[in-house]
Amino acid sequence: MTTQEPQADPVEPAAPGGRAVIYSKAREAGVVAGLYLSSVAVALIVSAALVAITGGSWREVFSALLDGSLRAPGRWGDTLGVAVPLVFVGVGTVIGGRAGLINIGQEGQLTFGAAVAMYAGLNLFGPGPFALVAMLLIGLAAGAFWAGIAGVLLYWRRVPEVLTTLLLVTVGAQVVGFALQRQWLLLAPIEGRSSRNIVSEQLDPSRRIGRIELFGNEFPISVFFALAFVVVVAVVLGRTTWGFKLRMLGRNARTAQRAGVSEWRYGMAGLLLSGGFAGLAGSVMVAGGDFGNFRLVPGFAVNIGFDGLLVALVARQRPLLVVPLALVFAALRTGSGFLAATGVEREITQIVQSLLVLALLVPPAILFIRERRRALAAMTART
Amino acid sequence: MEALFSALADVFGTDVTYSSAARFAALLAFCALGETIAERAGTLNISTEAMILAGAFAAAVGFDMTDRVTIGLLFAMAAGLVIAIVHANLSHRLTANTFVVGLTLNILVLGLATFLNRNLEPYSKRAHVFEVPVLSDIPLLGPALFGQSWPFYLIYPLIPLSFWLLYRTRWGLEVRAVGENPQAADVSGIDVNKRRRQGVYLSGLTSGLGGGYLLLGQVGLFEEQIVGGRGFIAIAALIFGGWTLRGAVAGCLLFGAVDSFRLSLPTVGYEVTAEVLQALPFVVTIATVAVFAHRTRQPAALAQPFIRGLT
Repeated sequence: MTTQEPQADPVEPAAPGGRAVIYSKAREAGVVAGLYLSSVAVALIVSAALVAITGGSWREVFSALLDGSLRAPGRWGDTLGVAVPLVFVGVGTVIGGRAGLINIGQEGQLTFGAAVAMYAGLNLFGPGPFALVAMLLIGLAAGAFWAGIAGVLLYWRRVPEVLTTLLLVTVGAQVVGFALQRQWLLLAPIEGRSSRNIVSEQLDPSRRIGRIELFGNEFPISVFFALAFVVVVAVVLGRTTWGFKLRMLGRNARTAQRAGVSEWRYGMAGLLLSGGFAGLAGSVMVAGGDFGNFRLVPGFAVNIGFDGLLVALVARQRPLLVVPLALVFAALRTGSGFLAATGVEREITQIVQSLLVLALLVPPAILFIRERRRALAAMTART
Repeated sequence: MEALFSALADVFGTDVTYSSAARFAALLAFCALGETIAERAGTLNISTEAMILAGAFAAAVGFDMTDRVTIGLLFAMAAGLVIAIVHANLSHRLTANTFVVGLTLNILVLGLATFLNRNLEPYSKRAHVFEVPVLSDIPLLGPALFGQSWPFYLIYPLIPLSFWLLYRTRWGLEVRAVGENPQAADVSGIDVNKRRRQGVYLSGLTSGLGGGYLLLGQVGLFEEQIVGGRGFIAIAALIFGGWTLRGAVAGCLLFGAVDSFRLSLPTVGYEVTAEVLQALPFVVTIATVAVFAHRTRQPAALAQPFIRGLT
């Protein structure tokens, strides 16, 4: 797994001239690029080997994935539609991560948010667009509430949020499953569905997110909304005092405390926002139509929460990176729909995703260690 | 409330409840023993879930290949160890974030196990039941503690062994020192990250064994949902127990009892909504940990990476 590059000379050149600096910078960039490329290559080779061992052909798999995500008619629109909730979950997780919080329960927050948003969408009255906005906001609040349980337990009872957020995923799934079985909550009336079919009513067309058609591809307008949103989050996190305080808390809680950053206030905000955006992702899924055809179905979240979390983990707390990564992960997901023809199980995409995440952890870690070694060597050389 | 008490009385009056409680508790204990050692060294190891699942699947493969439970259990430990090696070296050699590594491993192993299970479809069945003579005749507790399938009994030597390792050896002392004050431990010549890696390795071995026990001692046939969050409940059990082995075992017994309570409730004639029963162990776990967590003190350097020369 580890890719070891040849040990660089630890002694820094004394007062390097202009050309030497350019050379060393170019070499440094080459090393970084090489590290990332070889890590990704290892992950892909392992996945390909796995396909080959189980009797598949990795070429076919690759081309099926490409067909399913891009090349076949209408597919890149689907990929965009799938990327939207991934972006929301990913960006939310980045905010929480900046505050040093490990929220790994987005799947539960997303499910809960989607269910509450669906309930609101079916029962609110008022003109369509207003109801739609209200529904999205209610979904956001519901996701934040679900994460807030973990937050309260963290700051009031010191229960690690890693544990509670994840345990709440199962609880959330059961709560939503319960609601979906009850007609006074979400279950559609018996007319118009077979009795074994546990689904909610369909969302009224006036309350759906609009869709655009472009070159035979259809995608929801929430794509633009998500993009704008990422930019806003990037600016808030990178250019405001609030974002700075959040980052300070995440980097060093003690320093933050001394500088007057209230741990529970900012931590809670980070957790609520990350849960809220997971909830928003759920409501966008309900109203967007790429999942469940405007109905809530059992197992509605289909691992979007976990995939979005992986996106955020690879993005390493940089919101702008979330967008391309969400597209890659969405492409793997839509592409997996075409795998049936190759005879390879679609779980292979899940494996590729997590191997990529693991592989992309390695280069920054190696670079970090290398930098520290150099700094230490420089220090010992001075004394 | 009264209904709850009478339900409790009914359920805990039957010896089936005790047997299944012991089985659940044993699985949790397998994981919690190694996990406690890993956490005392400072790793909040959330890849237990992956280790159990990998262990269970490897046990199925091992049994399928050789038709022997012992080989299956050895395969299980090896699989848990492999996960642990990946985790430990990524987070305590390369200093990658341990939560990120653990979570990704959970997802990776779930994908791998599902993928390979569909392709290999390993056949396995439960190990035979071994009833300890005389002891298994004790009413209620006898069959629970001494009338189980034989891999169950591995937990009995493992508990004192972990005690000895963590509290009575130099190695155990170093592990605890590393989890409390890594800088001081480092100055006194202990290789902090090495001890942490070893802690994770042990956790992988016991959790893998737990997975092997889950498959060959309890369920019999592999399915993807076989673990179902129990790795996290094991972590909760040791938080409940205040990061001591004694407390962790108590926590395992408690959560095992909850799990068995929920399964026995319908069989003694109570009708409870399915979703409530499904969510019950998780709700109880969260509630118990919320009540007890703040009274205990976690290892001071828990989940903080150690990088030599920093701070």
